[in-house]
Amino acid sequence: MDNRKINDIEKYKKRVHLMFSELDIKAALREINALAPELIITELITSGLRGRGGAGFPTGKKWEMVSEAEGTEKYIVCNADEGEPGTFKDREILQKQAAKVLLGMTACSKAVGARKGFIYLRGEYSYMRKDLSAQIEAFHKLLNDFKIDFSIELRMGSGAYVCGEETSLLESLEGRRGEARNKPPYPVTEGFMGKPTVVNNVETLVYAVYIILEGTDSFIQMGTKSSRGAKVFCVSGDTPVPGIYELELGMKLSDFVDLFGDDDTKAVQVGGVSGYCVPRKNFSKTIIGFEGVPTGGSMMLFNSSRSMYNVLHDYLEFFSEESCGQCTPCRIGCQQLLKGIEQVKRGTKHSSYLDNLREIAETMSIASKCGLGQSVAHPFISTTDYFKEEIIY
Amino acid sequence: MNTDIQEIISKTGTERNRLLPVMQEVISRNNYLSETAMRDIAKAFDISAAEVYGVATFYSFIDVSRLGRNVIRICKTISCDLKGKTDIINAIEKHLRIKLGETTPDQKFTFLQTNCIGWCHQSPAMIINDKVYTELTPEKAIVALEEWE
Ligand SMILES: Cc1cc2nc3c(=O)[nH]c(=O)nc-3n(C[C@H](O)[C@H](O)[C@H](O)COP(=O)(O)O)c2cc1C
Ligand code: SF4
Ligand code: FES
Repeated sequence: MDNRKINDIEKYKKRVHLMFSELDIKAALREINALAPELIITELITSGLRGRGGAGFPTGKKWEMVSEAEGTEKYIVCNADEGEPGTFKDREILQKQAAKVLLGMTACSKAVGARKGFIYLRGEYSYMRKDLSAQIEAFHKLLNDFKIDFSIELRMGSGAYVCGEETSLLESLEGRRGEARNKPPYPVTEGFMGKPTVVNNVETLVYAVYIILEGTDSFIQMGTKSSRGAKVFCVSGDTPVPGIYELELGMKLSDFVDLFGDDDTKAVQVGGVSGYCVPRKNFSKTIIGFEGVPTGGSMMLFNSSRSMYNVLHDYLEFFSEESCGQCTPCRIGCQQLLKGIEQVKRGTKHSSYLDNLREIAETMSIASKCGLGQSVAHPFISTTDYFKEEIIY
Repeated sequence: MNTDIQEIISKTGTERNRLLPVMQEVISRNNYLSETAMRDIAKAFDISAAEVYGVATFYSFIDVSRLGRNVIRICKTISCDLKGKTDIINAIEKHLRIKLGETTPDQKFTFLQTNCIGWCHQSPAMIINDKVYTELTPEKAIVALEEWE
């Protein structure tokens, strides 16, 4: 690792250390347990916290919807499926701060009135299962001490990226093929077993704890108007300092590249394979956040030695393999895009064929059933926009 | 009914939402879900064997054909690709004398590819059974294989 770079990152004004800081779990639980549900929800709404799993739905609003939903049987699901390529923060959070995540789920259960929660952990992280189960067990004892009627069950995924999509995840939890549901209804009214359900990302739950304990002011001071607070970023690809870094939201991509690049960065893929390719010429006008280019954490850097054709080809292989095949635009579209760029590259199709492919991608955004098929256009259009020559020649 | 499955189900119960945990437990013991196992599970859950097969085949970590005692899954996605997964694959293929997707004749290893396993910052990476290996070199990969019986 490059020490000078690490130093610069640590000194950077938007570098923060909240996620992995120490916390007295027992004291925190006591404090949360004493709060009124309405107060927890108001605090979260005021804080402006938005989901850290990618879609960025306002967290307080989600909790409010579930608290107001009809029925007494409600569920909390912590989404630890973390399948987006280039994302590895939830693993680290669960490994180092599992108790904070459990605390977040408990706060949520109190706010919405749920008695049961699940953590859906991807199968690739099975090695963590034993430790995490032990932590859950210890936490249950603590809940018991406070006479809190809430329990958490660990469930494993089995190697399917689409199961990170909240309705696929719920299908999987119910013991079915992880095929996305039609929306609406949304999980907030009909989730696990048809009951109102909060689905939140691991990181979101920890920031919720931070806000509830520290108040909204310190959270609002970080980030920007549309992107409050901080975020855990996962840096990979062509960088001398790959790893996990917590930074305020709303920074300029050019600042990011100055800190994490290798002086030869030609593009950054923001938001993983389903995110956007930003070329060098746009670094200084791109904001990392909901008002600019959002990310669930994944930041992949590519330097000038990389062929963007190969990069796009990799993404399309990924989508073709991970498409659940349930709806036609995505099932056929992913394969056609992959085959299409291969043909253009080989010269068996004219370069203008790329325009047809872009139309397919646009159709997929509109006609696909879930976020997987809907987001293929993000990398496809952005990469072919900015690196057309590399795709063709 | 197979005693393994009986034992697993006695702990989990047969509520439909327990189907995946039951399959996962069978996999962790036998590495694959046999036709008999699927039939037994179907009977216990009171659903059709086709339904069980349908669920099983959705998940890439639930195999319905026999695998070796140890399953190697090497990451093929972008970061690992940039950082030389092809060299690792070549080294493992050469060492085990099998190709990706195959099982060694002694049933010791099955060699598969998978998508991003969440170690992109320490790529290339692979999993053998549940154990993760990162920052691989061809040499490190071969040493990793030697850990397994
Ligand atoms: C294909 C696909 C995969 C997804 N994978 C994940 C994931 O691994 N983890 C996650 O938290 N959200 C994932 N999401 C987003 C979830 O559907 C959902 O929006 C999120 O879990 C809500 O939590 P949040 O509001 O706290 O972000 C995925 C979405 C799609 C379309
Ligand atoms: S968009 Fe793709 S992943 Fe989503 S339901 Fe359709 S086929 Fe399945
Ligand atoms: S790309 Fe291989 S671990 Fe993420």
